[in-house]
Amino acid sequence: MNQGVSVAGLYVRDQDEALAFYVDKLGFRVHTDARNGDYRWLTVQHPGQPSFQLGLFRPGPPMHDAATAKTLCEVVAKGAMPPLVLVVDDCRAAYERLSASGVEFTQEPVDRYGTVDAGFRDPSGNGWKMIESAANPPSREAP
Amino acid sequence: MSQSPELLRRLLRAKDRMDGAPHEAWPIHRLAQVSAVSEAHFARQFARAFGVPPHRYLLTRRIERAIALLRDTELPVTEIAYQTGWNSLGTFGRIFRDITGESPSELRTREQPAPHGRKQAPECLVRAAHRPDLKTAVSEKRRRKADGKIEIQSTEAL
Repeated sequence: MNQGVSVAGLYVRDQDEALAFYVDKLGFRVHTDARNGDYRWLTVQHPGQPSFQLGLFRPGPPMHDAATAKTLCEVVAKGAMPPLVLVVDDCRAAYERLSASGVEFTQEPVDRYGTVDAGFRDPSGNGWKMIESAANPPSREAP
Repeated sequence: MSQSPELLRRLLRAKDRMDGAPHEAWPIHRLAQVSAVSEAHFARQFARAFGVPPHRYLLTRRIERAIALLRDTELPVTEIAYQTGWNSLGTFGRIFRDITGESPSELRTREQPAPHGRKQAPECLVRAAHRPDLKTAVSEKRRRKADGKIEIQSTEAL
């Protein structure tokens, strides 16, 4: 497949901190880390998803003026950015592994709707749901 | 003075902790400790960041949870009150009515037969969408209803 979404990004307050989090803790790999002056194009990739890159972008010049960059950092820090979902094979095992490595969980694994989900945040404040891939995705439940 | 992203991130931690355990008691000193902010400043900083004072935020989480339990389970109202953090059934019923405009059992009767499609979105997001929007303090809402009469309000769970 060569059509589709290739990169979607997050705003992070510090790219080195974000890189350490997504690579060392979550197990992503660096895809591109290119600098041009103060600007740094940084993307990471999930090992199981080679067609998609997650961008880790720092608000700032040349894309944003100082006031806008500050506002964006504030919005991220308030947890007001859109939700993110990470699919894993075993939510409880991933929870054990990640919390042992210091990932800040906001919700422990819960069994519901035929799967297990947990929640965590990255250091900047971006919120992730971590959902176990259901062997057989349940269809809509009858009332 | 504007709030630094570092402060906001720490305030978010307090909000996350309430989200994770809304049935627990969250006195200011506990929240302030989570956020590493002085007790004197916490409530004001939280309200500035999230647009609602911390205890009113907690209340929305509890009522939202109670509504979900009324709708999706057969648990008795007493048990739901207990599970969502109230010590008194009377307080629960009163605040529930103040916020939703009906009693827990009325809401249950009305909501339960309606089919829903909430399974298609992650639970936390669905909960947020169903969260009651508290623009004013519950005590104030009650006071307005009392048509100018000034009453001494219980501050439990506010």
